[in-house]
Amino acid sequence: MVRLLLVTLLLVLVAGVAFGAPYLMSDYFVRVLLIIALNSIFVLSLSLSNGFTGVFSLGHVGFIGAGAYVSGILSLTVAQKASLLPNLPVFMNWFSMPFLPATLTAGAFTALLAVIVGYPLMRLSGYFVSVATMGFLIIVNVVLINASNFTRGARTFTGVPLDTSLPWVFGWLVVTLFVLWRLVYSPFGRRMKAVRDDTVAASAIGIDMLNTRLSAFAIGAFFAGVGGSLYAHYLGSFSPVTFYFAMTMNLIAMLVLGGMGSLSGAIIGVICVTLLSEVLRSVERGFTIGDFIVPALFGASQVALGFIFILIMIFRPKGIMGESEFGFGLFRRSANSKIKQGEVK
Amino acid sequence: MSSFEYILQQVINAVSLGSLYALVAVGLSIVFGVLKLTNFAHGDVMMVGAFTTVLLIGIGMPFIPALMCGIIGAAMAGFLIERIAYRPIRNAPDVTRLLTSLAVTYILENFGILVFSSSPRNFPLPATLNDSWQLLDGAITFTNINILTLVLTFVSLIGLGWFITKTTLGIGMRAASEDMAAAQLVGLDINRLIVVAFVVASAFAGLAGVLWAAQAGVVQPQMGFTPLLKAFVAAIIGGFGSIAGALVGGFMLGALEIFIVAFLPDEITPYRDAIVFSLLIAFLLFRPGGLLQPNREVKL
Amino acid sequence: MSEARPALLEIQNLQVRFGAVRALKGISLQVKQGEVVALLGANGAGKSTTLRTISGLSRPSAGHILFGGRSIATMPTSQIVRLGVAQSPEGRRLFGSLTVDENLRLGSCTRIDADGIAKDTERMFSLFPILRERRPQLAGTLSGGEQQQLALARALMASPKLLLLDEPSLGVAPLLVKHIFKALAELKQQGMTMLLVEQNMKLALQLADRAYVLRTGSVALEGSSTELLSDDRVAQAYLGAAQ
Repeated sequence: MVRLLLVTLLLVLVAGVAFGAPYLMSDYFVRVLLIIALNSIFVLSLSLSNGFTGVFSLGHVGFIGAGAYVSGILSLTVAQKASLLPNLPVFMNWFSMPFLPATLTAGAFTALLAVIVGYPLMRLSGYFVSVATMGFLIIVNVVLINASNFTRGARTFTGVPLDTSLPWVFGWLVVTLFVLWRLVYSPFGRRMKAVRDDTVAASAIGIDMLNTRLSAFAIGAFFAGVGGSLYAHYLGSFSPVTFYFAMTMNLIAMLVLGGMGSLSGAIIGVICVTLLSEVLRSVERGFTIGDFIVPALFGASQVALGFIFILIMIFRPKGIMGESEFGFGLFRRSANSKIKQGEVK
Repeated sequence: MSSFEYILQQVINAVSLGSLYALVAVGLSIVFGVLKLTNFAHGDVMMVGAFTTVLLIGIGMPFIPALMCGIIGAAMAGFLIERIAYRPIRNAPDVTRLLTSLAVTYILENFGILVFSSSPRNFPLPATLNDSWQLLDGAITFTNINILTLVLTFVSLIGLGWFITKTTLGIGMRAASEDMAAAQLVGLDINRLIVVAFVVASAFAGLAGVLWAAQAGVVQPQMGFTPLLKAFVAAIIGGFGSIAGALVGGFMLGALEIFIVAFLPDEITPYRDAIVFSLLIAFLLFRPGGLLQPNREVKL
Repeated sequence: MSEARPALLEIQNLQVRFGAVRALKGISLQVKQGEVVALLGANGAGKSTTLRTISGLSRPSAGHILFGGRSIATMPTSQIVRLGVAQSPEGRRLFGSLTVDENLRLGSCTRIDADGIAKDTERMFSLFPILRERRPQLAGTLSGGEQQQLALARALMASPKLLLLDEPSLGVAPLLVKHIFKALAELKQQGMTMLLVEQNMKLALQLADRAYVLRTGSVALEGSSTELLSDDRVAQAYLGAAQ
């Protein structure tokens, strides 16, 4: 009962911030909040396969990009389609979808894509599946650049209505968190972790490896597509290079920093990296201490972030949260951490 | 131009491109063989070699010495990368090592952008190297740089072949690639072996970087990215971890890319990279050991 | 009489864990200079783990390993080999993609005396003549028995003071097993100190002076070969019968 009450309180708080923030905070802070929430959706969806199931996919951003483009194409008005995408196939150029259906369609599309792509790929073991999913990312990029009838090729895809607002992103974030939380802390979630931690033992006790991995991959891809749609309606214009290696590294850094086996860790990772980037970026612009002028060093923040990442790999590869959750003791801790510490035989 | 001449020209192009891929792939395979790690920073080591050479030519050094210095610079970079980033995580789980490798390339590329800015700058090729040769009434052209690439590739591969069959360290590298525990048991100094492997691999990357930049005419901090990915596909096709495999894979990939561009219809040509990476995935799924190693196990 | 000889290898209360599994629960043994000691026991008793740990491939969680009085428990493997401990490992672990010659050359990689290496190479070929025939062939193309001989020769090329042998008879045709043990007897004659892990109890005890019987990670029995050859409890230790 207490838990239900606290959750409801939390939701009310979230809604309050979502709707009230634009009136109480400067535009800059609202944007930062929105980006943090959006990145949280990305990283949470990434954590499902990469963190909990042990499939370290490097191709996740391919799904994000696919979702962005699908949703973007669907959302353009008929007039815009005629001018920007004159060669769009007939069955697509006579209608325009509102925000929510476009987002859902994007998610469904990427989930289906994940099932098709994942069916062969999820058979590969550890390192090779990472390499293969990286190949997928590159292929998506090439297709986006070349299918110019659909995507305007390497040119900027523009005209997407700026529908994404704080309430939308927070709403989807809550949905994502809820679904993932129910998934991860359930028998299916335990299967995922079994597949991650010991593939031999898992198949020995009858867990269907392919199915488990594929499901995690596809569900993650669904939310990636949804997030991509939100991102598209936030940016308004983008191009294929938006969804390539730079974004991939960014998301991986957030995932790893926060802790790959933890949902709250994903969010914490996003917040930390975002804040750290902002701080480093402001230092980048140069500053003065007394009479001493430190010149502007654009690009130094990324180098610094990279070094921090390596330090984490060396000293704390499990990230900030490792595999436990942040929840004032209200939410169940990961069962795994207890077994690993030898408390449970 | 008859089709024979066209084909001959494409063969020349393929060999030229293939040697570059082979040079990069060899280094990748050497490091993977010994460390079982994909060194994503390999492409940036190429970049270090290229930039070193460009800067030295800029201050007046002739081409050949600048090239040698570029190779040495790349080798030093590889040495430092192994020491600073890879040694501390040598026994960490695979995912950690993969991530560290990605982080190193991220740092190096951004550092390059920081210092040199991301816009391309000219590769100051000495005039003689740009001279072209024409055969068969101009139907076939290639430049001195193409010849130089071929010659240097040939020479360095012969040198590598000598190293891995006649020296204890080189034989030890092959042994360690096959069975690291057994290599330890015969008493090989593994630390030294790994350092040597990195230095050799990075030297090759440096050479490839200079030649690549020379052929492209420009250098920029992100230049290593594409060659790295392509070399990676080449190494997997040939058999990852095997030097011979890297050679075979490199030349086959070069041939494949030229073939796609030269002989397939124009609608398909822009999808060249998609085809290449689909091939990568196909090999991973059906022939993970590559063409030369049929017995590798990579599935669940 | 045997007490006068110094212990070349001394293991005290060695414990080794793999994750939650305790492979060695505190074994103690010693091998004196010039002795051949056998390590017997059923599969999984910890015999190979012991040899791996001596060579430095696994690190003990507790206990001491002293070689010539020096503690080698935390030394890197290459240093242990240079001190004079060479192993012919379980499954032979030859470099199949390398030639017989290259395998032998690697065996001597810790040595710098070119003359000594050349002489020893000759010695190996007279001890195991079939290897001379197979010199330029890839080690992976050799038969089981030939591979075992190569593995032994490779270990001997390091000119070791202590030779560790892990299951030299496994996968080898009976006739060749005899030949190999004859060679080992010759080596013993020449003064080589050996620690031998072997499934074939009879062969092992015929060659060895003393033996220890391991059972699930602990020493269950020890004694001279003559004693153990006639002791029923050895067989029981293998079968895991309750004591």
